Amino acid sequence: MGFFTDLFTNPSAWYHAHELLLGQMGVNALLAISIWVTLYAGQLTLANVGFMAIGGYTTVILAIHAHTPLLVNALAGCALAGLVALVIGLPVLRLRGLFLAIATIGFGEALRFGVILNLGITGKGQGLNNPAADPAAIWPVWASVAVLVYAGARVTRSRTGLAWASIREDELAAASHAVGPTGYKLGAFVLGAVIAAWAGALDSHTNFFIDPTEYAFNRAVFVLILAVVGGMATVWGPLVGAMLLTALPEIVRPAASQRDVLYGLLLILIVIFRPEGIVKRRRGRAHPPGDAEVAAGHDVHDDA
Amino acid sequence: MNVLQQLLNGVFLGSVYALFAVGYTLVFGVLDVLNLAHSAVFTAAAVFAFGLIAYHQVPIWAAAPLAIVVAGLLGVVIELATLRPLRRRGAPGIAPLISTIGLALALVALIEQSRSHGLLRFVWREGANSVRFPPGTVPDRTWHLGSIALPEDKVAILVVSLALTAMLWFVVQRTQAGRAMRAVAENPTAARLLGIDVDRVVLLTVVASSALAGLAGVLYGAAIGDISPYIGRDQVELRGLAVIVLGGVGSITGSILAGYLLGVIELLALLTLGTNVRAAVAFAALFLMLVVRPQGLLGRRVRDRV
Repeated sequence: MGFFTDLFTNPSAWYHAHELLLGQMGVNALLAISIWVTLYAGQLTLANVGFMAIGGYTTVILAIHAHTPLLVNALAGCALAGLVALVIGLPVLRLRGLFLAIATIGFGEALRFGVILNLGITGKGQGLNNPAADPAAIWPVWASVAVLVYAGARVTRSRTGLAWASIREDELAAASHAVGPTGYKLGAFVLGAVIAAWAGALDSHTNFFIDPTEYAFNRAVFVLILAVVGGMATVWGPLVGAMLLTALPEIVRPAASQRDVLYGLLLILIVIFRPEGIVKRRRGRAHPPGDAEVAAGHDVHDDA
Repeated sequence: MNVLQQLLNGVFLGSVYALFAVGYTLVFGVLDVLNLAHSAVFTAAAVFAFGLIAYHQVPIWAAAPLAIVVAGLLGVVIELATLRPLRRRGAPGIAPLISTIGLALALVALIEQSRSHGLLRFVWREGANSVRFPPGTVPDRTWHLGSIALPEDKVAILVVSLALTAMLWFVVQRTQAGRAMRAVAENPTAARLLGIDVDRVVLLTVVASSALAGLAGVLYGAAIGDISPYIGRDQVELRGLAVIVLGGVGSITGSILAGYLLGVIELLALLTLGTNVRAAVAFAALFLMLVVRPQGLLGRRVRDRV
């Protein structure tokens, strides 16, 4: 367990040895939170990695051609992703459960194969070198995580959070109590897209190179795994899930070579034996049933 | 290369897509579950057939049925380990999606780590590499019809695929087992009340579906492309989704038609627009279809349950 002994005996060396890992943990936490936002509203969307690609590519392209600072680039990426989410959100969010998931998978892969691989400015399949890369820039990542966790904890207790939860539990009942599902669902979708784009921007900034394979379907699935394993009842779930699963191969060295076998089995065990994820909602909250697994697609098996 | 030849090649390719998607849609139709381990079964069967043929000199006519049996057994694992426990609890549709992803992840990882010392070295020693069946495994003659080339192996997979999809259609539409499947698809509770053993019907469905995925994997390796631990994920998993949505979820004839259609459209896109566009065709079609006509080409209107 060198991972932990180093952490306490020699923190500065530990930090430098694990800088990359810490950055990845933060980026994964941001992505997990981005998918959590839509899951909290009961919508299983897998488009987040596509929005992450929009954020990442916008950042690098602006760094190459406009030489603007990271903040400007990242905000531009977020704006673009938010706009795209707004345009595709309206037609796509009419779909329910697994159909929504499938449509958003289609969006992500169409973006990757149809747009990124065919536009000259994105370097097509070759990817892009990032002239402004700064691998040490992980503090913006963790600062964003802190802000988002705080905001996430607040929002679940706000009117918006209650509206999302009510749509998740029963969309029809929510609508009949004057909670307009379309607006809230679209809001969650756009917000998730913007957070994912922000994660993509910060991630691309710590890399010297980006290419389309980083934004493939498997990554979308991985992000979903982080949120589900962590638990979807509160914003702490995706944070814990992302940190734990990203660090796991690093902590348990022999597990590194068997990472995917381990993840796969863990996933099955979690879904079967602890469907609410690692982080449960504390009892006694004024909230709807703590059953966070009702996050998405609850309409699919209502007759079983 | 002329257009007619390319159309025909699209049909050959589509026969694998159709065979893969027909099992995918069967499980979705009966269980309302997206079985994302379906593509891992495709991979595992192709890998298993390759191992028997390349390391143990088993002829393909014996290796293919054995691979299909293995695929069917994987279907049993899928049902018992990742679907049934969740069904018992009445878990929502996202839960089996995730548990089957878990199974697929573990299975593919086991295959990709299997070299001459891996757990699965009996059937796979190539790690993450791409390989082909040894030459002479499948007939390599080519018939000519005017300017059109008809490679014997591709014609064979087309015939097998058509025969099996027709058989599946017959089983589902015309037999007692198929009637039970359709009853469970319509309403599991009512089916149970009418004395149908729902668990057995589901097991049968998942096993049949997996066997078809296994056959598709073997045919893919025999006549379409290289075999690697990633063929399921990269070649058919998401295309299969596109096919079942295009065909209308749960519609067997729809997904067969859509499978061939996707094969043809992809090769026409390859011919006219290039490689990169070919890969995007399926997803663009999938996305547009869901937005414009969610019930698919032949599907019934999706029941609005909210």
